[in-house]
Amino acid sequence: MSEEIGHALRPLPNIVHAEDQKPLFKVGDSIKVAMRFPIGHYRVPNYVRGMRGRVEVVIEPRAVNNEDEGFGLNAGVKRHYYRLAIPLTELWPNYTGSPDDGLRIEVFETWLERS
Amino acid sequence: MSSQAHGHTPSPEAVDAKPSYYEIMETAVRELLVEKEVIGPGEIRRMLEVMDSRTPALGAKVVARAWVDPEFRTRLLANGRAACEELGIDFFEDTQLIVLENTDKVHNLICCTLCSCYPREIMGLPPDWYKLKPYRARAVKEPRSLLAEFGTIIPEDVEIRVSDSTAMVRFLVLPQRPQGTNNWSEEQLAGLVTRDAMIGVVRVEIPPTNEKSQ
Repeated sequence: MSEEIGHALRPLPNIVHAEDQKPLFKVGDSIKVAMRFPIGHYRVPNYVRGMRGRVEVVIEPRAVNNEDEGFGLNAGVKRHYYRLAIPLTELWPNYTGSPDDGLRIEVFETWLERS
Repeated sequence: MSSQAHGHTPSPEAVDAKPSYYEIMETAVRELLVEKEVIGPGEIRRMLEVMDSRTPALGAKVVARAWVDPEFRTRLLANGRAACEELGIDFFEDTQLIVLENTDKVHNLICCTLCSCYPREIMGLPPDWYKLKPYRARAVKEPRSLLAEFGTIIPEDVEIRVSDSTAMVRFLVLPQRPQGTNNWSEEQLAGLVTRDAMIGVVRVEIPPTNEKSQ
């Protein structure tokens, strides 16, 4: 029932959203995966750190930062994951397959920089 | 080893070896959780039962439905999890499912370079090779020669997309429906779809014996 009401109404104007509610990046944005190596297990494989690509999909819904969660540090903050497209030629300079071949990988917002 | 002379290796469970460091740690943590009544022994057994009920046959049914029902296919590609839930396949992990459609122009392959993320809800447990480092490393570094070892030659003008599962998302490859199956029933089609085709290391093909009976 609440869904019907939701569809019938338009969002009210002038609502200011907290910074982590809306995705920081949008589909098509050029990004760089942060180059950092904190101690511990992180869900960003080393081989994509420092690499450039673009946002292909914004993953909904928002999710907790499972890296904080893994260390018992989660404060309930949620942000977006992004499905990135990174050419294999970007990852491996000696890549011999088609230049169109690519990687797709989901990375949490805190690891992304504009490029 | 003498056991290999008999043509089979004993399963790890049958080997009378000392438990490893991690096996001991798992036992200790499990016993503590049971002792503190965080979980009961029945819950662990129940989860094993859940896992045993999930096999590639479920994924094959999803694929076959997508082949025969264009509207379902559209919903599956838009939201894999919701479409699987339509078929009663519930998700016990807080993960989304992206379904990757193979076409004449794109071939998808899935892997998990960090560990063994896999669409367990619809496929059950991953094969051992999927969890081993050679597959994990080569899938993202040299997918074409890796696929060739599975007997899958991808033409140069077909783009390979390797999806590396790291966190909240799992993948399922929607293979191409083989030619010459127009009159096949949904059930017959599901019988063609293999686990490896849904990982993306092979195509779906009609086995020679079935071809004759058609």
